[in-house]
Amino acid sequence: MSADNALTLEQKQAGIFTVSASPHMLSNESIPKIMWTVVIALLPAVIFGMVIFGGGAVQTVLLCVISAMVFEAMVLKIRKRRICINDGSAFLTGLLLAMCLPADVPFYLPIVGSFIAIVVAKHSMGGLGYNIFNPAHVGRAALVLSWPVAMTTWTPMTYSVDTVSSATPLGVLKLQGYDAVVQMFGGQADMYKDLFFGFRGGCLGETSVLLLVLGGIFLIYKGYIDWVVPVTMIGTVGVLTWAFGGSVGLFSGDPLFHMMAGGLIIGAFFMATDMVTSPITKKGKIIFAFGCGAITVLIRLIGGYPEGVCYSILLMNSVTPLIDRLCKVPSQKRRVA
Amino acid sequence: MFSRGKWGIHPETHKTATADRPIESMKLPEKVIIPIRQHIGAPCEPVVKKGDLVKTGQLIAVGNAAVSSNTHASVSGTVTEIAVKPHPICGEDMAIVIESDGADQWEENIPTNRDWQAMTNEEILSIIKNAGIVGMGGAAFPTYVKLNPPKDKQIDTLIINAAECEPFLTADHRVMLEYAQSVVSGIKIMKKILGVQNIIVGVEDNKMDAVKVMREAFGDLAQVIPMKTQYPQGAEKMIIKTLLQRSVSSGQLPMDVGVVVQNVGTAAAVADAVIKGIPLVERIVTVSGSMIKEPKNLKVRIGTSFADVIAACGGFEGTPGKVIMGGPMMGIAEYTVDVPVIKGTSGILAISVKEAKKMEESPCIHCGKCVSVCPMGLNPSMLSILAEKEIIDEARDEYNIVDCMECGCCSFVCPAKRHIVHHIKYTKKLLADKAAREKGATK
Ligand code: SF4
Ligand code: SF4
Repeated sequence: MSADNALTLEQKQAGIFTVSASPHMLSNESIPKIMWTVVIALLPAVIFGMVIFGGGAVQTVLLCVISAMVFEAMVLKIRKRRICINDGSAFLTGLLLAMCLPADVPFYLPIVGSFIAIVVAKHSMGGLGYNIFNPAHVGRAALVLSWPVAMTTWTPMTYSVDTVSSATPLGVLKLQGYDAVVQMFGGQADMYKDLFFGFRGGCLGETSVLLLVLGGIFLIYKGYIDWVVPVTMIGTVGVLTWAFGGSVGLFSGDPLFHMMAGGLIIGAFFMATDMVTSPITKKGKIIFAFGCGAITVLIRLIGGYPEGVCYSILLMNSVTPLIDRLCKVPSQKRRVA
Repeated sequence: MFSRGKWGIHPETHKTATADRPIESMKLPEKVIIPIRQHIGAPCEPVVKKGDLVKTGQLIAVGNAAVSSNTHASVSGTVTEIAVKPHPICGEDMAIVIESDGADQWEENIPTNRDWQAMTNEEILSIIKNAGIVGMGGAAFPTYVKLNPPKDKQIDTLIINAAECEPFLTADHRVMLEYAQSVVSGIKIMKKILGVQNIIVGVEDNKMDAVKVMREAFGDLAQVIPMKTQYPQGAEKMIIKTLLQRSVSSGQLPMDVGVVVQNVGTAAAVADAVIKGIPLVERIVTVSGSMIKEPKNLKVRIGTSFADVIAACGGFEGTPGKVIMGGPMMGIAEYTVDVPVIKGTSGILAISVKEAKKMEESPCIHCGKCVSVCPMGLNPSMLSILAEKEIIDEARDEYNIVDCMECGCCSFVCPAKRHIVHHIKYTKKLLADKAAREKGATK
């Protein structure tokens, strides 16, 4: 072999080669990529919220996101971990929390909420991957318990298409009944239209069904969420409210209204699909999503709160480990073995 | 086109570097290091000693155990050493070192020209056994064992595995294009031994040129079926499922569902052994990866060092971070280029320091990607978590860790960059150690 194409000794030794287990080739999937993609999917709905609810919404979103990132950095420093707040997970938690708050909450609520979400719900459990409950929802739940009035003081829309008041449709339903809701929107067709596009009172990021569903479809397309979760959860709510939600006996409810109102759409597409806190197998996901839907309806129709999405998801989070134990491996049908 | 449910992954194939490069014969190395352990199963026994003169194709070590095969000198020359040498799978192992005399003098009667149709099955099988033929796909399982299933197994189908689903590798592809006649003869021989009528050649549909050549070469002898390009299409259980819709259950072998699977390169090797009397002394190796100057498909003598093979491809281009035997998904990272090519070396890859960088592992975020790609329907997330905690019994009894074929799909997709396969291998080792201990205790 000619000297110049033989390996020189340096070349031989240059590689103190890496020796590691296969595979030696990895996809470019990463946690930051997932987190930032979810953020992008949420942005249209957030911006829409800022437009219809005005400056208060902008302030709430900024406070939530910034304080979440600051708390994350502080905890990581105390836990002596590498500070990688740009992995997007704290940003996402802050953003989701903001989307579940009324636009004009006092400035300290977002900060306390972020503290509870990041420090209590996430890091006291061991950090990303180990938390049992959806951090944003824990933050919101704690705020509802501590400041019930501030958390139900809804911001009127900056420009009203019609005479819709600032009250949430589900709130009106609980206190005054279905007819009052329809009246509030000035007719059933208008009601569906406003709910679909998002011209209604509520938390700042939950109102636009259209934009949230588009964001959700984007994530399904990207493979980051499983379509069975939103479909099962929203479907369950639809069927159960249709069956039991009416005032004149079975199957007189308005499923369409219930499916579009409150935080169901954002919850079903973005909260119940949270990877860390939901089951890992498809079968498990279906059970989980069905449970979320059923509890939501239970709270809406019978419970004391007008809305139950947040609590239903938190309750189902608590049984996720159990569901994972029941559905250990994927459906046997797909198995080759 | 045959495909089936959602499983597996679609890594970049990286095959263009070598797919169009005809097989070149590498020139003879100055010395060869031939390990006496070429595959799983028992090592073979050397029958030469230091100082012996050997000819190419001469038997130098015999396999007497049930799952073992003979090994032959791959060059002519002098046996200079029988000692522990670097080994591409075991780290280090016994090997026979032959210094080449450069003449490449073959054993008498090689090559010959034999009429295999006049031989009995037993004769053919013993030729295949004596010639040291093993599966050329990578696992290097002795071929005569697979061709000689127990009498109670009814074999109705012979599948020729030409999926070559590992990225980078193009050796099988080139064999189909260039050695079509040997492949056909090899398949005819195997057909006679097994007495099957149904023969299917499965090729991934990124090699349609090979499908065409194979179809022309086979005529009515076999169906050539393009399969979806999807890793690990070439795993035995997957290819059987894809082509025959038969499931090989946990703990079963392909023969339990009436199937024998042979790699397409093996078919060519069988033909050479049976017809021309040439034992397995060389094989086709794809040499590729971003750090190889001139990627090639090379015909290499068994025992040639990786360093020599890489030099024959122009050497390294820059500093390699990792050298791999086999494909990037299931191949083995080597600690030195002094390891020799063995019968199962389907490829030699050199990748850059950047590509080889070990990713820091973070906690599982439960995304479920690994679960959805696992072709065996396992829960790799849980297996890796149990491994970290060393809860090995649960991994075996409730999460079926033994079914894992270490294909690497789970690690490939994991966004948390968890070293799932590493964890699984480790757990399997702990389980094996434990089983060995228990066996020892009951004795
Ligand atoms: S668990 Fe095993 S069989 Fe499943 S994807 Fe991972 S390596 Fe492949
Ligand atoms: S792919 Fe990785 S992060 Fe996702 S569930 Fe599997 S092990 Fe966990």
